[in-house]
Amino acid sequence: MRPFHRRFGRYTGWLEPAEASLIADLVDQVRQLLANRRTESPTDPLAELTGMTLGPSTRPEDPAVARLLPDFHADDTELSAGLRVLHEPDLIAAKDAAAVALLDSLPRGGGQVRLDEEAANSWICALNDVRLALGVRLEITQDDALPPGAEDPESPEAAMYNTYRWLSAVQDSLVTALLD
Amino acid sequence: MAGVVGMDQRNVHSAAAGVPVATAKSPAGPPGVVLTAPALSAAPAPQKTEYTEPVTEAEVPWVTIVWNDPVNLMSYVTLVFQKLLGHPRPRAEALMLDVHHKGRATVSNGPREQMEADVAKLQGAGLWATMAKDS
Repeated sequence: MRPFHRRFGRYTGWLEPAEASLIADLVDQVRQLLANRRTESPTDPLAELTGMTLGPSTRPEDPAVARLLPDFHADDTELSAGLRVLHEPDLIAAKDAAAVALLDSLPRGGGQVRLDEEAANSWICALNDVRLALGVRLEITQDDALPPGAEDPESPEAAMYNTYRWLSAVQDSLVTALLD
Repeated sequence: MAGVVGMDQRNVHSAAAGVPVATAKSPAGPPGVVLTAPALSAAPAPQKTEYTEPVTEAEVPWVTIVWNDPVNLMSYVTLVFQKLLGHPRPRAEALMLDVHHKGRATVSNGPREQMEADVAKLQGAGLWATMAKDS
């Protein structure tokens, strides 16, 4: 990976082939999680007539999906349920659109990544969703602390944590370029 | 919130190379990063909840709150506050630091519908945002 830089209004970086495949795989997994959640939406004949898609009123059971789609209110469960029904389909659609925009501009065999500002914004959102899901799977609860199981460098947790930290560096370099 | 410190190129490189790219489709393969577990096969049937608008004083102001979490990067949160809420850089940074140090910060206020929209935008960007009636 070569960090992202802004050059002539474009954001350019460089990924090894294995790094590009890793990103594609993880972004695709987040898309699958969201697609599974979408199937939990109720089918409402009235909604079909009006063209309005309604989401489920209950919080996702998978904690990673629940982190991607939090409640709207910290303790008013009734309000949260009502707003989830209204907003969740659009939230899923927005996250999926960012993921697709990333996949569309990712060089599958590795190499130079060249993004306009819109694509760069999609990248940081989609990479962030992957990191949020990984953070839940790893049970990261504190800033910059090793998650449970990752103390052993040979463990799957350590490998996943390395991936998480690497994604943090990729995302941070792109965010920094966008902030400049 | 997390910062990115001490990520040298060597670590970065070995991080990606050391993780087998496994998908849910290859259960017999080496252990990899599989986000799609646990399986969602036992997803509960969606329930319909009747939600009725509470009768409140029309102009009670609402606020949007962003909560600290260990995953979102400080740089990213600053950028999101700038881009999605239109805060200038110094205000965005001050709010980000408030979230980081105090655990939460009120990032916008206004009518309920507008706060609903702000929460949706911030959640879309992956921030842990909620709304509340201003007290």
